[in-house]
Amino acid sequence: MKRIGIDVGGTNTDAVLIGDKSILESIKSPTTEDVMSGVVAALAAVAKDNADEIGAVMIGTTHFTNAVIERAKLERIAVIRIAMPAAASLPPGADWPKDLLEVVDPMIFMVKGGHEYDGRPLVPLDTDAIKEAAARIRDAGIQSVAIVGLFSPLTSECEDIAADILTQIIPDVQITRSSRLGRIGLLERENVAMLNAALKACGRKTIDAFKSALQQAGISAPFYLTQNDGTVVLADVAATSPVYSFASGPTNSMRGAAWLTGLENAMVADVGGTTTDIGSLVDGFPREANSVVTVGGVRTLFRMPDLLPIGLGGGTIVDPDAGTIGPKSVGYRITREALVFGGQTVTATDLAVASGRADIGDKSLVKHLDQSFVSDLMKTSDMMIEESVDRMKVSADKVSLIAVGGGSFLIPDRIKGVAEVHHVEHAGIANALGAAMAQVSGEVDQVFAGLGRDAAMAEAESIAVARAVEAGAIADSIKTIEIEDLPLAYLKGDSRRVRVRVVGDIQHDLG
Amino acid sequence: MTHELRFGEIDPLAIGAWILGTGGGGSPYLAQLCLKRLYAQGKRVRIIQPEDLDDDQMVGVASMMGAPLVLLERLVNPEELARAVQLMESTMNCKFTALMPIEIGGGNALAPFLAAALLDLPIVDADAMGRAFPEATNSSFSIGDLKMYPMALVDSRGVEAIVAKTPDWHWLERASRALCTEFGSVTATCKAPRTGAEVKKWGVLNTVTQSINIGRAVQNARERLEDPVAAVLAQESGKLIFQGKIMDVDRTTSGGFLRGNCNIAGTDSDKGQNIRLAFQNEWIAAFSGDEPVASTPELICLLDTESGESIGTETVRYGQRVSVVVLAAPGHLTTTKGLRHVGPRAFGYDFDYRSVFAA
Repeated sequence: MKRIGIDVGGTNTDAVLIGDKSILESIKSPTTEDVMSGVVAALAAVAKDNADEIGAVMIGTTHFTNAVIERAKLERIAVIRIAMPAAASLPPGADWPKDLLEVVDPMIFMVKGGHEYDGRPLVPLDTDAIKEAAARIRDAGIQSVAIVGLFSPLTSECEDIAADILTQIIPDVQITRSSRLGRIGLLERENVAMLNAALKACGRKTIDAFKSALQQAGISAPFYLTQNDGTVVLADVAATSPVYSFASGPTNSMRGAAWLTGLENAMVADVGGTTTDIGSLVDGFPREANSVVTVGGVRTLFRMPDLLPIGLGGGTIVDPDAGTIGPKSVGYRITREALVFGGQTVTATDLAVASGRADIGDKSLVKHLDQSFVSDLMKTSDMMIEESVDRMKVSADKVSLIAVGGGSFLIPDRIKGVAEVHHVEHAGIANALGAAMAQVSGEVDQVFAGLGRDAAMAEAESIAVARAVEAGAIADSIKTIEIEDLPLAYLKGDSRRVRVRVVGDIQHDLG
Repeated sequence: MTHELRFGEIDPLAIGAWILGTGGGGSPYLAQLCLKRLYAQGKRVRIIQPEDLDDDQMVGVASMMGAPLVLLERLVNPEELARAVQLMESTMNCKFTALMPIEIGGGNALAPFLAAALLDLPIVDADAMGRAFPEATNSSFSIGDLKMYPMALVDSRGVEAIVAKTPDWHWLERASRALCTEFGSVTATCKAPRTGAEVKKWGVLNTVTQSINIGRAVQNARERLEDPVAAVLAQESGKLIFQGKIMDVDRTTSGGFLRGNCNIAGTDSDKGQNIRLAFQNEWIAAFSGDEPVASTPELICLLDTESGESIGTETVRYGQRVSVVVLAAPGHLTTTKGLRHVGPRAFGYDFDYRSVFAA
């Protein structure tokens, strides 16, 4: 069975066709102005005559992040927060940037209901208030609604009841339930639900555009969107949860690095045109940041890879007079502006070529660079990488490092504290590869009370497995890749917060 | 004499309070957000210097109590804090003319500001810990053997409770904690009222200003791309005892506390060395091998080496680059009586407190 992975970035659209264990075709092409014509071309270039044999297409895209950052393609939403009389002081959108709030212009309802950490209702759910809200939402012509319940990651009962009422009153309404998207942390979970609601129409449109791109390329296979955590969901499901695709780019690169080397535990340096992202693979997946992540100025608690970005990439500008490197970059203009491509700007790529580390463009164009100047700056660049790699290491033991991305030649063969640096073929399209080999996941992050540690973890694991199967995983292939518990001070009855993530292979008869 | 807390001082106050939280006290983020909203609605808070309090003036001590995780869902509510203050006033049949924080460390530094903004009362430039600690028995008011009752508790559903009298601080903690748990592990409180004389004698003074100054030093350093850790050290005449990287963290809960250890491997000038930080909600002691190198009541602050941001015991994790900074303890905490309440032995450690600033 063959699969296509495609990564649509701001600069490049990369695509790859893989067989069981091998790369059959690959292409790196500039992202086109209209995006989709470039996608069609890339798909056609790798599919060639194999369109019928393709079992799945995995797409990584920055569409949805860009929509939030650019405040474009967002629709007006309504928010129903079910938590009154608690949490009354900070209404939905309380910590949003003003310009985003104006664009999304949420119609806000704060309703009595919700639960406590131990599952007791806070107060009875005010269903009349939900009905009234639904009528007003309908009359305002709003089509997308976020529903947020107090402690809903523990029990989504109130959100579910509200969703039913809403659907009865507005049959074609689009609903985002916060319990499906986020963790404990009302404001952050609500923020994610609101962003998701505002992206619903954009999600649908984007998926439809990809669908037609696939048709134009003659591919009828089911297609998936890659997510922040390195897994995929069916495109039609992804259309309902666009926020899950926010950080898929770097994640895909790291997953591709694992696939290219067969290493499940290693560090990865993903060198792009402007920056290098350093991260860690744990059991084949990026280690996640356990902290607040802001997207377009909005606080969220997303599952995002823990990355250290440094201002060093293939297009990083060298100042020959000052003898410094970065942080400015020529970015995607590298093929015009770097010396080796006949341009006038000294870039990190030119240094790598002059030092003999890379063979790109016309190396006679960097012959004039002073050798000691070159080697001093390469040393500076190597030091930057070494320092960052050391920062991201989780133990003093030596680990392997995989160099990927278009500028991976900048990573030296030897780095202090690193057992081995892996430079591999196809490192430049690791992101598309990561997309192509993605699996599906299930996650749970909940507080369990009165169960004891082992029972709580087992219960959490079974919920996560059920969610993975629901998302399209083959039950037998599911394995737990992350399990952690945090005992909770102050809470009675042996309470602990348990977080579990499982992944499994894709069931191909779906779609 | 009072002066107004400027809008631009809210962020520095929160940054400083989070650092003075010494790893605990909960993030000030929500209270900070509430206070900014109140300012946007035209409310203001004035600061009064402790020396300007009359001896018989009544001061209310407002704070949030409960599990930080629950607070993340139920959020801080200025109205509830104000109600707790009013409940205490009606119980005691008195009128407060100022409010103050019980602890300047963490979210509770800002809690009384929220009530003060609504009730138009000034905030005393003082608290009762000079940092954060797990329990009321750790406060300077407890060290001074001041009356610990009554205590007012207010729940968002409108349940209002008074712990009218307890024989000691321990029973106050037990009784109020039981109520807090029943409310869903979060409650707004107003603690036993203090007189101006008590605040002047037993309060830890000028800590609101201290917090703002620390926060501003960090902000300025960040803006100028200077070292924020060095800025904190300079502002507070603190001592940098270690720089390194978090190697591992183990956490357990017992007796309602988050306890554990965090190991740090040295970098820079501490390369090759290791240090262990023990915590009980807050950072309690630092050890090199079995040898204590710093301990409560001095403030052990774990700061992100790059940003100067405080790192909490709940959020510390592998790989973070950290600086261990020690700040001097308030005088009330280092007396013989004070050390019985907040010295290493009060937290179950079998060694005596020795200042890192001692020669």
